[in-house]
Amino acid sequence: MQLKYRRLCSLFAVALLCAPALHAKPFKWSSQGDVATWDIHAQNNALQNGIHGTVYESLVSYNSKTFAIEPLLATSWKEINPTQMRFALRQGVRFHDGSALTADDVVFSLQRAMAKTSNFTPYTQGISRVAKVDERTVDVFLTTPNPVLLRQMTELRIMSRAWAEKNKSTEPEDMKSGEEIFAHRNAMGTGPYTLESWQPDVKMVFKRYPGWWGTMDGNVTEIVYLPIKSAPTRMAALLSGEVDMVLDPAPQDLDRLRASPDLKVIDGLEYRTIFLGLDQLRDELPGSNIKGKNPLKDLRVRKALYQAIDAEAITRTIMRGLGKPAATIVAPMVAGHTEAVGKRLPYSVEAAKKLLAEAGYPDGFEVDFACPNNRYINDEAVCQAVTAMWSRVGVKARLRTLPLATYFPMIQRYEASIYMLGWGVPTFDALYSLQSLVRTVGTGGDGNYNLGRYSNQRMDYLVDRIKGETDAPVRSRMLTEALQLSNDTVSHIPLHDQVIPWAMKKNVDLIHRADNKLDMRTVKVN
Amino acid sequence: MLAFIVRRLMQAVAVMITVAFIAFMLFQYVGDPVVFLLGQDATPEQIHALRSALGLDRSFVVQFWHFLVHAAQGEFGLSLRQGAKVSRLLAERLPATLELTLVSALLALAFGIPMGVYAALRRGSFSSQLLMTLSLLGVSLPTFLIGILLILVFAVTLGWFPSFGRGEVVQIGWWSTGLLSAKGWHHIALPAITLAIFQLTLIMRLVRAEMLEVLRTDYIKFARARGLSSRVIHFGHALKNTLVPVMTITGLQLGGLIAFAIITETVFQWPGMGLLFIQSVTFADIPVMAAYLCLIALFFVLINLMVDLLYFAVDPRLRVDRAGGH
Repeated sequence: MQLKYRRLCSLFAVALLCAPALHAKPFKWSSQGDVATWDIHAQNNALQNGIHGTVYESLVSYNSKTFAIEPLLATSWKEINPTQMRFALRQGVRFHDGSALTADDVVFSLQRAMAKTSNFTPYTQGISRVAKVDERTVDVFLTTPNPVLLRQMTELRIMSRAWAEKNKSTEPEDMKSGEEIFAHRNAMGTGPYTLESWQPDVKMVFKRYPGWWGTMDGNVTEIVYLPIKSAPTRMAALLSGEVDMVLDPAPQDLDRLRASPDLKVIDGLEYRTIFLGLDQLRDELPGSNIKGKNPLKDLRVRKALYQAIDAEAITRTIMRGLGKPAATIVAPMVAGHTEAVGKRLPYSVEAAKKLLAEAGYPDGFEVDFACPNNRYINDEAVCQAVTAMWSRVGVKARLRTLPLATYFPMIQRYEASIYMLGWGVPTFDALYSLQSLVRTVGTGGDGNYNLGRYSNQRMDYLVDRIKGETDAPVRSRMLTEALQLSNDTVSHIPLHDQVIPWAMKKNVDLIHRADNKLDMRTVKVN
Repeated sequence: MLAFIVRRLMQAVAVMITVAFIAFMLFQYVGDPVVFLLGQDATPEQIHALRSALGLDRSFVVQFWHFLVHAAQGEFGLSLRQGAKVSRLLAERLPATLELTLVSALLALAFGIPMGVYAALRRGSFSSQLLMTLSLLGVSLPTFLIGILLILVFAVTLGWFPSFGRGEVVQIGWWSTGLLSAKGWHHIALPAITLAIFQLTLIMRLVRAEMLEVLRTDYIKFARARGLSSRVIHFGHALKNTLVPVMTITGLQLGGLIAFAIITETVFQWPGMGLLFIQSVTFADIPVMAAYLCLIALFFVLINLMVDLLYFAVDPRLRVDRAGGH
C-alpha cells in the first residue's frame, strides 16, 4: 500500500504534499568517485569500504566519535589464549532476505576475506584459521598474538553464506578473470540499509531495512549516492539543492559555501598525516651536485631541512585551515600519539643554516624532490612552498610533480631522493604507520612504504615487539617510544595532519569522522 | 564502387592498428592501477604478484601483441578497475554518448544552417553582424567553460535544469535511452547545448561563406535574369549547392563531436564513454583507454567512408572511376 502510494507521489511529483504523510527522509550525497564493485573483498579502498559499510556489517566497529572499538555483529569477545579469540554473535540479526545470521556466515565471510583472490589480506594478516564453536560462537586463531586484531576486523564485513552459494559468489571476485560474479552488482548484508540499485557512475540507491537489529540516531529512509567527477559540477549540484551533501568539496570553494545561508561546512582532523620522506640508503643521490656522499644520511641535514620549513605558514596560507602542523608520522587521534610526541622542532632559518654549515654544506646542495599533484589537499602547492623555503637556506630542490598513477609506482621503485607521502591509519593504532614507514624493509608489510629506506636497529626491535605485545600499557609506552625515536632521528619530515571539510545543507546533521567515512546511522535530515 | 569500399575498409584497419599502437606507446607512461586495487596496505609481494597476474610486467611488445590478438577476436581485454570486459563496459556507455552527440548534431544543424543562410542574405545588417560576433565567442570559448557557465546560470541561479546526470533511462534491449521521458530531455538539454555550440557556430559561418560564394556564381545571376523569385533562387538553387561542403564538414565534425564529448560528459557527469575514458585515465586502466581510442578511430573511419559515399550520391562529377578520398 505504502509503496503504491509512494509511486503515486513520484508519478505526480507532488513530493512536497506526500512527504509529511510518509516521513520519508531521502538523503542524496555525492563525492567524486564511484565504487568499482560491490564485492566486499575484491578491492581495498577507503571510499568503497565506507559505502559497503552501509549494507554490510563487521563483527566490531569504531565508535564514530571516539574511535573506540565497539560491538556490532559480535556482542562480546574474549581471549581463550594469546592466539585464540572467541566471539559471541549477536542474536536476532537478519540478512536483508530475512534469513538469520549464524556462525556459518561469519566463518564463511572471514575465510572469503582470506581467499587467494581477496585483496583484504592486510586485514586478515595473522589470522591462521576461523572455526565455528556453536551456532552463536566463532573462534579466530592467530599465528602469533595480535594486539590489533579487533582493529583489523572492523574492515572484515559479513556476507550471507547461503546467498553467496546460491549465486556462485563464494570466492571473492577475481578482477583478472573478467567474469562478473553476482556479488559484483548485488549485495546481501545485515546492515541498516539495503542496496536497491546501482548504475555505475550514475547513482546508487539504498533503502532503510525495516528488519535491522539496531537503533540509530539517523532518520534517513532512503539514501541516494551520486558520484560527480567534476568538482565545479559537484558544487553546483549542492548549491542548486540537487544533493544534500558533498564529501569532498574543492578547497577553493569553501569560503563561498560557508558564506551561503543554506549550507554549512563541517570539518575535522583526518587520520592522515602528510610528510616528506628522504632517501637514507644510497651513497650518492642521483642528480645531486654532491658527489661521493649522501647529505640526507646526515641527521643534521635532515634537521636543517625540517627547521627550514615554516609549517604554520603552509597550513595558514596554502592549506587555508585544511591542515594542522604535525610533529610526527601519525595524527593525534591515533593510539601511541602523546602531547610530547606532538611537539615540532621550531621553525628557524638561522638554526637550519647553522646545521647545514656544521654538516659541511654551507652553500647548501641540489636535490631531487618529487610530489604528487592530485592525491592530497593542495599537494603541489605545498611542495612549491617547501621548495621556496629550502632555497632560503641554500638547498636547491628540483621539484617534479606527477599524477598519482605514475607517482606511486615511481616512489615504490625508490626513484625519489625526497618525496611527499600522506599516510592514513585505518586501524587508529600507530603500529600501522611504524611498520610500513620506519621498519627496515623486509617481508610482509614490513617497510612496504619505507621508501627512503630508513633503518634503525632500535626501531626494528620496538616494532617487532609491538606487533605481538598484548600487555596494553607496555605496548602503548613502546608505541610512543617508537614515535619519539622517529622524531629524534628525523626519519621523515612531518608537515601537517589534513583537515577534511564536508559540505552540506543546513538541515543535515551528522558526525564527521576522521576516516572520511560517512556513518549513515548518524545522519539526520531535519 | 565495391572495390572502393573494400579498399577504404582495409585502410580503416590499418588506421586502427596504428592508433592502438600509439595508444599503447603512450600508456607505457600513465602508471599502473595496482596501488588502487590493493590499497596502501599492500605488501611488495602482493604488488608483484598482481602485476604479473595482470601482465603489467611483460614487455611492451608482448602486451601489444596480446592486445592485437584479442582485438582481432573482438575482445579488448579487461578493465583493471572494474574487472569487467571492456567491450561490455563500452557497450553500456555507448548509448549515452551517441544520444548526446546526435542531439547536439541536430541542434547544431537545425540552428546553424538557418542562421548561416540569414547571415548571408542579410549581409551587412546589424542583426547579422551581431550573429557573426556572437559566433566568434562560440568558436573561441572552451567547452568546459561553456558547460560550467550554463550550469551556473540555468541550474544554480535559475534552477530550470538539472546540473548533472542523465535522468531516468529506459532499457530497450541493450540500448538505454533517456529520450523517451520528459525528465531525460530535461537532463540532456544543457550538455547537448554545450556540445553543440562550437559546431553550431562553425556550421553557421561555413554556410554563410558558402552561400555568399554561390550567390556570386553565374547560374544564380542567370536565374535572376530569368526572373525567378528570390525565394526560389535562395532556397532552391543556392542552398542546395551550399550544403554539399556543409555535409562533408558536418560528417567529419560528427566524429569530433563524439571525441569532444569527453569534456562535456565529464562536466555534466554524463555516463557515456568519454566519462569512462577520463576515469580510466585517472586509474591507469589501460585496456579501457586503448579500446576507447580504437573505437573513436573506427567512428572517424566509418563516418569518412559514409561522407565519401554520400558525395558519390550527391555529386555526379565524382562518378568517374578513380580512387576515393579527398
